[in-house]
Formats: sequence, structure tokens, C-alpha cells
Amino acid sequence: MPKREDIHRILLIGSGPIVIGQACEFDYSGTQAARALRREGYEVVLVNSNPATIMTDKLTADKIYLKDLIPASIREIVEIEKPEAVLPTMGGQTALNLAGVLQDEGFWAAHDVEVIGVDIDAIRITEDRQEFRDLMDRIGIDQARSRVAKSLLEAKEIAQEIGELPVVIRPSYTLGGSGGGIVWTYEEFDRKVMRGLEMSPVHQVLIEECLFGWKEYELELLRDANDNVIIVCPIENVDPMGVHTGDSVTVAPAQTLTDKQYQRMRDAAIRAMRSIGTFAGGCNIQFAFDPAGRRMIVIEINPRVSRSSALASKATGYPIAKVAARLAAGYTLDELPNEVTGTTSACFEPAIDYVVTKIPRFNFDKFEGVDEVLTTQMKAVGEVMAIGRTFPESLQKAWQSLEIGYNGLGADREDASPSEVRERLAKPLWDRTLQIRNAFKLGASVEEIADVSKVDPWFLYQIRDIVRLEEEIGKRTIQEMDAEFTGRVKQYGFSDIQIAYLLNGDANEMQVREHRKTLGVTPSYQVVDTCAGEFPAETPYFYSSYEQGTESKVSDRKKVIILGSGPNRIGQGIEFDYSCVHGVNAARDSGFEAIMINCNPETVSTDFDIADKLYFEPVYWERVLDIIEYEQPEGVIVQLGGQTALKIAEKLHRHGIRIFGTSYEMMDLAESRGKFSEILKELEIPFPPYGMAVTVQEAVATAERIGYPILIRPSYVLGGQGMRIAINKEEVQHYTKKIWTLFPDNHVLLDLFLENAIEMDVDAVRDGEETWIAGIMQHIEPAGVHSGDSTAVLPPFSLSEEILQTVRKYVRDIADRLDIIGVMNVQFAIKDGIVYCIEANPRASRTVPFVAKATGIPVSDIATKVMLGQKLSDFRKEGRLISNLEGYAIKEPVFSWDKFPEVPKELGPEMKSTGEAIAFVDALTDEHFRRPYEMRNLYLSR
Amino acid sequence: MKQAPTNGSPCKLALADGIVVNGYAIGHRGETGGELCFNTSMTGYQEIMTDPSYHGQIMMMTYPHIGNYGAMDIDMEADMPMVAGFVVRQFAERYSNLQADESLDRFMKRHRLVGISGVDTRRLVRHIRAQGVMNAVVSSVDLDDERLIERARSWPSMDGLELASRVTVDAAADWCGGDGPRIAVFDYGVKRNILRSFEAQGCAVRLFPASISLEQVLAWEPDGLFFSNGPGDPRAMPDAIETVREAFRTDIPLFGICLGHQLMALASGCEVYKMFVGHRGANQPVQNLETRHVEVTTQNHGFAVREDSIPEKEAHITHRNLNDRTVEGLRFTNHAAFSVQYHPEASPGPHDSHYLFDLFLKAVGMRRRAAAGATEKVTA
Repeated sequence: MPKREDIHRILLIGSGPIVIGQACEFDYSGTQAARALRREGYEVVLVNSNPATIMTDKLTADKIYLKDLIPASIREIVEIEKPEAVLPTMGGQTALNLAGVLQDEGFWAAHDVEVIGVDIDAIRITEDRQEFRDLMDRIGIDQARSRVAKSLLEAKEIAQEIGELPVVIRPSYTLGGSGGGIVWTYEEFDRKVMRGLEMSPVHQVLIEECLFGWKEYELELLRDANDNVIIVCPIENVDPMGVHTGDSVTVAPAQTLTDKQYQRMRDAAIRAMRSIGTFAGGCNIQFAFDPAGRRMIVIEINPRVSRSSALASKATGYPIAKVAARLAAGYTLDELPNEVTGTTSACFEPAIDYVVTKIPRFNFDKFEGVDEVLTTQMKAVGEVMAIGRTFPESLQKAWQSLEIGYNGLGADREDASPSEVRERLAKPLWDRTLQIRNAFKLGASVEEIADVSKVDPWFLYQIRDIVRLEEEIGKRTIQEMDAEFTGRVKQYGFSDIQIAYLLNGDANEMQVREHRKTLGVTPSYQVVDTCAGEFPAETPYFYSSYEQGTESKVSDRKKVIILGSGPNRIGQGIEFDYSCVHGVNAARDSGFEAIMINCNPETVSTDFDIADKLYFEPVYWERVLDIIEYEQPEGVIVQLGGQTALKIAEKLHRHGIRIFGTSYEMMDLAESRGKFSEILKELEIPFPPYGMAVTVQEAVATAERIGYPILIRPSYVLGGQGMRIAINKEEVQHYTKKIWTLFPDNHVLLDLFLENAIEMDVDAVRDGEETWIAGIMQHIEPAGVHSGDSTAVLPPFSLSEEILQTVRKYVRDIADRLDIIGVMNVQFAIKDGIVYCIEANPRASRTVPFVAKATGIPVSDIATKVMLGQKLSDFRKEGRLISNLEGYAIKEPVFSWDKFPEVPKELGPEMKSTGEAIAFVDALTDEHFRRPYEMRNLYLSR
Repeated sequence: MKQAPTNGSPCKLALADGIVVNGYAIGHRGETGGELCFNTSMTGYQEIMTDPSYHGQIMMMTYPHIGNYGAMDIDMEADMPMVAGFVVRQFAERYSNLQADESLDRFMKRHRLVGISGVDTRRLVRHIRAQGVMNAVVSSVDLDDERLIERARSWPSMDGLELASRVTVDAAADWCGGDGPRIAVFDYGVKRNILRSFEAQGCAVRLFPASISLEQVLAWEPDGLFFSNGPGDPRAMPDAIETVREAFRTDIPLFGICLGHQLMALASGCEVYKMFVGHRGANQPVQNLETRHVEVTTQNHGFAVREDSIPEKEAHITHRNLNDRTVEGLRFTNHAAFSVQYHPEASPGPHDSHYLFDLFLKAVGMRRRAAAGATEKVTA
């Protein structure tokens, strides 16, 4: 069947603010869907409250509603826009639940809106544990023994039926498995059941046989209206059952299943998908295999695109969301081409000839007292994906991508102590693959590690191979690293820093690099082609390895490399990917070949049809330099990818590689507290008195000199990590000690805390001559609450014109002094009529997308063009710097507290929010303003 | 110079066009030659290795990690490996699978199968994709490039090569007995999973040598005739084609897979040609033109039926490959007969096409019931 002609306007529901369990992967899927539908000639009406999304850009949809994702908004939009269909499968559980509520009301039917891409009534089954059980029984798919409880008493009876603890508790209808988990003791059982009953909107929990130690798999499926089903990719979890798949290290394709086992799973998956109603779209199904490989059970079905489908899309090159959207619009799979090859069909199952490893990224450091043990409830805030020809290579590349200071799977620092390794390995923790490596270093056997960790021995053998190679490197000097051996080492993913560390004798990273280059050991770049090389593919989507043939052709166009922002974490999330995507578009507009480097599979920037060329690689110095040397770009853009990209600026500068926009020296001035204060002094801009310390005594002395309350923080960190407000000497001692355990060798900064000051954020663009102020935001919460956790109002709501004049002047003075070319963010605190400058960031900030959405001006786009040589006057002449904001725009922080019930809910100088929403209000009497305003002092912690 | 790792004894792979790559030896130490082709299936290496259709070919797996789950008896598609050699990127010395009998390396050694690992298979796949399949030699005993290239060049071409006689049964043999419909299998190198598929449906299955006459087969009073898969060029099998032609003159339902399909096509007047690269993998989309349904199929063929050669009166196309639109299935006019180019028995690969066995057995059953009815009438 070709596409449907009876519908013209489709409502697409987004997933709202980023929370743990529902992140920017839904911007990726929503954006793909919207673009695909528009290309088919449909009008796309989009609703999402998250301003930091590409899907809410004019580029993506025809009509955009930045509104709360609540039934009232949808009703209002449907009344105005009168869409004929709604596609709710691209916005995660949020969109699906919303569509469900309106279905129950009979709203869709009453307004002649057809729900496409999913069968709402049928999928209820997948959310209701008992109905799902019954359905799986009917179609002959085995499951864990379990039953639903509506009370603690009932729960206890069921636990008795199952037998011994541990058992798993899963509350019904909660996001990302909130409130669930494995329980090992009866005391814990009672507590978790009670909480689960509370959290579940229907007050039900499932008590389930514990499959601890079983192998876990996920399949991504697509089905069309003609009931054709394909499996895009099997994903295997390295972490056995018991850890939420979002928190597990996962690998694609599956590594340890025989064909007969895999086909059994595939058959069951297809049967299961066909059992949940008639619909055309995507679906994710999870299975578990007992370690002996005999019993296979189904765990759950998600009848929508998911985090894993984003991963599977990036892992295979198969654009699941795009195809799912077209299927929902009536196409069948056989009518669609495989866009990667261009010549073959989309109705096939990708074959890959490399290994993909995903490692989640956590932010436990942000949540004091958090339980770091991984459970069936998701805790990760982001993830990285790495592609290598083999598992060892992709695993090491994934560790290089994480940006937590590692240069691969260990082998770059003192090894952990045996007791630490033993303790950590016994629990499912985030660094399990590293602890496995450490255990091998300490002489543990595969059997011992498998027994403790339940990780499949195949993965252990692979990690052991890495360790063996490590030991072989250690026996050599750099001169003994011949071409054959060096090539093999690089094929196992070792970074030059690891090699330098391991070598017997002195060598540094650059010496290793030069040595291997002399030997001709440089990376090759392969295409991600969906078909293992069977057909030619023109897709400019590459990964590096150390093979003989390279497939990336270097064009003779002038090029610019845009560094992405790596894994999402608190303080650096989707906002930076938003800026990167705009940067890419702007660079292309400016006549450059835009080359993207990033390793975050959830993002739009890693969609292979965004940049001219995509290198799915760690934003890690060695890998970045390799690509620069290969592509020979005119320069690199570092202002858009957050601290990730900015951190690389210094090395680029040292290697004489051009940085577009603000120079490295000037960025360094802004980043370095001491130097920046000198500049403020010179510009006669007030700033809170401050000092620096490297010892506790020094810190106390400084604090006594400056006075209390005092703000304490490590220098060079992101999102206010480790930042605290101290009110006396004892607290200064306590906090600084803590900082130095977390960040040894770091300076501690101490600033006088301006109590009850008003905080402001300013985003500005300067072209080398003039500065344009894109937006001034006033925070509702007092200074002391991290700007990312504050409710920001654009324009300011209670500041005099005189203060605003001062602020504008200061921004211009700073921008001129730092010779900013591109974008900059400055933060101020106002107390007793004095404007203090707190900090300046010579890069795109978290608020750039908010300002862009609030004013309708594409700030990052303009900033990029300015970096590449255009002038602000060009944009002004075209009238593109005029804000169309009426009333106020409010940026509301969104938290994921429900994932960390043990952590006290309080706000302070350390950022804790995971996402944000935008609200447009006409007057300050609006609820969106009043509520945070009334509560502004409530959560401030010290 | 970025040569792959060699952490075992050295081994070389030489292509007829002069490319030589280094790697290390896996399995048996020795030398082997054949047509170098590649398979994109990510699982099922042992089934592929033991598939008789690959007789005489050096198989290169595109998936880099091979041997992960060891080797086991239930994954055998024949008594022994059938490929001439095996080429992989990253061979698993150690496996993880509680059901496995032994490592793939030990399995290969036991069967004297020569292999090479540490090869940039992707580069060779792209080379073959551009240049077409070609002969090659793998050796861990002679490492002289020139001599290896020369031997690869002089290796006999698959074009015009008859190979079924080398992998067929020596004499008629029962796979399984029983009272169910009798399926006579013309064994050109039949995969065991085809036989298991018939067995699972309660059939009595007997294998006949490739050179058997139809008369001898009919003497067993079969209810269905099955023409199996197998290696080599079907055009080099005039006797087998003649036997198939005779079979078309009976009223017994016919079913052919792969080589069997090509023989049925040739017997009906179609032409068969050698493909540039061929189809080898477990992800090939095939559309059933009658239902519009798409099956993800296992394929393994280097020859195909030429579409414009199909005589209108004799046969029509029932299945088509969605990637390159080639002929994947035929239904023959005036006879309960059909054939497919791909492998509904899978193993390895998806089970989407298993219904073809049911279709065939339905035809077999109808004829059987009709015959039984006729007998009843006579006796009454």
C-alpha cells in the first residue's frame, strides 16, 4: 500500500523535559519522524514542552506548540489545528500515556482524529502485568513466574509461592521502572512493596521470580500494515539480568547466542508483536535466556520507539523512527528503499560487520547518599556508543568516550587494590567491565569472575585478551614496538596514552603517536552500511578502526569539524546537541563541508543525514586529532559542544590547529578564575571577593579573610559539581576535604556568597566588532541555586532599566576584552543595586536553545555563521535579530528525584536537574510564574 | 604495513588477481583452494561450514567474531564441514556455551579444515563486491606469495563445474521411516535441516544419489519428489535435468530448493546464469508475489534463473528478491510443482519461509488422499 492520501495533517507528540529514563533519544526519533512525514507531503503539527529540542524547530515541523504535555494542551491544539491523525509513538511513554488518556475520554473519536502507529487499546496489555502474562501464555511464550499484588499481604503470599528471596518488585505503569527493584531481605521487601504500591498510578505491583544472572537481550522490530515484520538488531546485555537495560553495558549484535537460540527468540518476538493489535510501527521486546541456554522468557514489550531503538538505529545505520513514521502513514516495508545503500530494500534485517558497545553514563556524584548499586530501576543520565571491528576495540573506545578521565579500559593509572576490586565486582556497579579487567590483572580466572559477576564468559575471554596484550606491551620499550605489534595493539582499541603508560620506559602520548605514524599505523575509516559490505553504500557515516582498507574519501571542499558534546550528563545535556545541530546546518549554509564528531547515540547530531560527514567516534583527543589529520579541515568549532569540546581547545591550539571564533588564549582567560578576575578589575566590573586554596588550612584562612557565607567549589568543573555554601570554619574544612577526595590535585575556589541576591544569565554573540545581546534572563530563585536548577524568566521581570543598562554594558565590555567571536554566556548577581559578575563562559550555554525558542531567533545558527566570518550587521539588515516574544518566556527546571528516593530533595550551587520545559505567559499572575516565585526560597540548601 | 595481528602460526590468503593477505592459521595446518565468497550471516557459522552447497568454496564470514559459542552436533548440516576453507577476522580461541561439544578450532582440526584469521575481511568483501567472486588459496604450509597466486589462478573455475556427485549419498538411504507421506529426496548435497523439516511433519524420507534414474525412485512409490540444494553449476548436470524433466511427466508433486530449483527451471526451458557476487546471508528480503508478504530468507547461491528466459507456458514467478529483483521462486504450470532459490529450511537464518514445506506437503497429501479414495472405490 502506498502512503495514505486521506490524511494531510498529523499531530506528533514529543516526550517533554529530559528525565532519567526518557532522554534526548526521543528528540532524535521525533525529529526523524517529523522530517520523514513532511517529506511525504504531510503537514506536521508538533507539541513538546522541551525547548532544547531540534524537533521543536521551524526546520522540523510546520506548526510548533511549546506547551505542557497535558490533555488540556492537546485538546486545545486539536481544536485549532484539526489534524486527521496523531502519532504518539515517538515521544516515549509520556506521549503514549497522553494518547491513552485522551483515548479513554473518547476525545480522538469525537474529533475524528485517528491514532496511527500503535493500537492504543491493544497495547494496554503490555502495560498491565497480569494481562500481559495471560497474553504471553496464550501465544506460548514462557515468562518468569509472577503475580500482581494490590496489597502488602497479597505480595507476601505471592513471594511465598515463588519460593525464596530474592524476588523482583515492579510497580505497574511507572516510567523507566520507577520504584522497582530486586529485594534480598524481607525487611526490604516490605518497604519496596509499600513504595511501589504508592508510586503506581493504579496501585499495583508485580512480584516476580528473580532472574538474577540470566542473560538479557533486546530486539528492535518494525511491522507494516501488511503484517511484514523485520528485526533491525539483536542487542545483548553484558550485565546479566537484574540491571535495567538502560543501565547495562550492551553490545550489538548479540554475541553469545547460537543461530538456533537466536531464531527461537526472533520467532517469539514476531509472534509477540503480532499479538498486540494491528498497527504499523516499531516495537522493542526484551528476553532473558538462562545461562545454560535452554529456557527463554520474555520480559517486556514496548510498542513504540525507545532508547534502544535509537541505539539500534545508530548501531546499524537503519533509521528506525523514520521508517516507523512512514509505515504509520500507510507505506509497507517493501515499498521503502534502504536509504543507506539507496539501491536495496528497507524490508530486510541489517547485517553488521563490526561490534557496537554502549556504556551508560551516571552522575552519582551529584546525589549525596545515593545507592550506586544498579537495579531494575534506571539511574543512568546518558550513554556513549562506540563502534569497533571487534568487541575489545569497541569496549576501549566506549571507555574513551565516557569523559570521566579514562583513556580506555584502565591501563592508564595505578591499579585498584585487591579488596576494592573484590568488593566492587561482587555488585552490579557502573564500572563492572573495568573491575573485570582489574580482576584479571590481579590474577583471577575466567571461572572465578564469571561466578561472581554472572557475566557471560565470552565477554570475559575478550577482556582477558585485552589484559594479556597490556602485559605484552609492558615488556617492551617504544623501540620494540614494531609495526605488526603496534597495529595489533591499536586494533584492540588501546589509546596512545595507555600505550605510553604501559611501555617499559619513558614515552608520552605524542611520542607514541609519532612512533606509530612512522610505522604507518594510522586509523582506517569504515562505512556503517547496514549490509556488511554486500552492497555499495554512499552514506557518509564512519567509524575508525585499524584495518587495511579505508573508505572515507576526503573531498576537496573547505571543511569544518564540529565537536559534539559527548554523553549526556547533568549540566551538559540535549541543549548542547541542539547547538551542534544548528552549527552543522549553519556551516553547510556557509559553504563548508560540515563534519560532525560525536559518540552519543541518543542525539540528533549523530543522525547520519545531519552533517555532510559523521564520524561516530569518541570526542577524545587522540581520535579527534586522527580525524583532523585525515580530513585536513580549515578549522574546528569548539564553542557548541559544551565543556567536552572546549576542553579540547587547548590541545588544538598547542598543535596549531585553527579554532573558529574566539581564540584559545581568550577562552583560557575566561575559564581561569584568577586571570578572569584581573580582567574584571581592569574593566571595573564588580565581582564577589574570592580566593584560591590548595590545602585545608589555606582554605580556612581564605574563608576567614573573605567572610561568610562562602561558596566553595573545585575549579574547572561542570554544572557546579562539588559546589557548596559554607557558613563557618568547620564547614569549610569539611567541604574542602570532600572536594579533594573527589578531585585530587584540583584548586579550590572560595567566593563570598551573595545572600539573597538576584541572579541573571545573559547570552550574547559578538562578531569581532559588535556584540548582540540575544537574551537576558532573570532567575526567580536567589543566587546560590545553580543556574541550571533555577527558573529563568526572559525578559527580566523586576529589574530597573538602569541595572539592565549596566548589565548590557558589562557584557559588551567583557566580550570586547576577550575578543569573543561567536557566542558567550555571562552570569551576574545583583545585590543592593550592585551588579556583580559571577562568571563568563566563552561558549554556547545551556540557555541558548531556550533563548532561541523564546525569541524565535536562531542564536546558535547566527553564532556559527559569525565564527565562520559573517557579520551581525548582515543578519540585522535581514531583520533576523528581532525577537518576536510577547509577554514572558519561563524556563522551568525538571528533576528526576523519583529515581533517587534516598537523596534529599534540595537545591544548591550544584546542579541536579536533568531537563527543562518552556512556558509562555502573558502576565506574572500566571501559575507558571507564581508557583516557583512563591517557593523560591524553599529548597535552597547550604 | 598496518597488517593484522598474527598471534598464531602465519598463514596466507592469495587471490587469483594477485592480492595476498597475511593472517594466522586456524583449524588444520595445510593448504586449500576454491572460490572465495562471503556470507553476511551474524550467527550460524557451523551450519554454514557444513552446508554441502558450499562444497568447493572458501567461505569468508563478514561478521568479525567467529567461534563464540563453539561447535556442537545439532548444528551440523552434513557429516562434516563442506567448505574448502574458512576466512575470519577475529577467531574465538575460547568459546562460551554450555551446550557445545568442543571449540570451533578443535572441530576444524578434527575435520582437517584449513582456515585463516586476522584478515581484514571487510576490505576483501568490498574487493569481491567490485571484482566478482574469484578463486583463492589459503595456506599455512607454503608462504610464498608468487606460488600461492599461481595456484589460485590455476584452480578450476566454478563456472561449468559439476560438484553434486561429490556430496551426494553413495546409495539410496533412509533418513527416517514411518507411515506418513513418502518423500523421495534427490540428494545433490541436501542440508540436514530440510530432512529434519520433513521428518518433523511425519514424513518418511529416503535419500537417492544424484545420478539415480527416475524409474528407480518411483519403484519406492514416493508421494512427493524433492530436488535438493547442492553445490556447483546446474548447467553441468544434463542427466539430472533430464531426470527432473521426466519427473514433470508424472503426477507426483515436486518441490525444489536452490540447486533443485535451478534444475527444475532448466528442465522447464529456463536459462540459468552465474551471478557476479551471488547471495549468501540470512537477511535477504524475498517477496511472495501472491500474498505481497515479505520473508527474510537465508540464501546461498551463485547461480540464478534468468527472468526473461522463463517460458510463459511453463512457469511463472512467485517470489522475487527485493534487493536486486532477481527470481527467487517459480510455480510450474500444469503440474503440482514449485521451487525456490532460497532456503526455507533456514539453519542458519529466519524461519519466515517454513510454510513452503506445508504447501508442498499439502499437495502431497491431496494426491495421497485422492489415490486412497480411488483405491477404496476399486476395492469397494
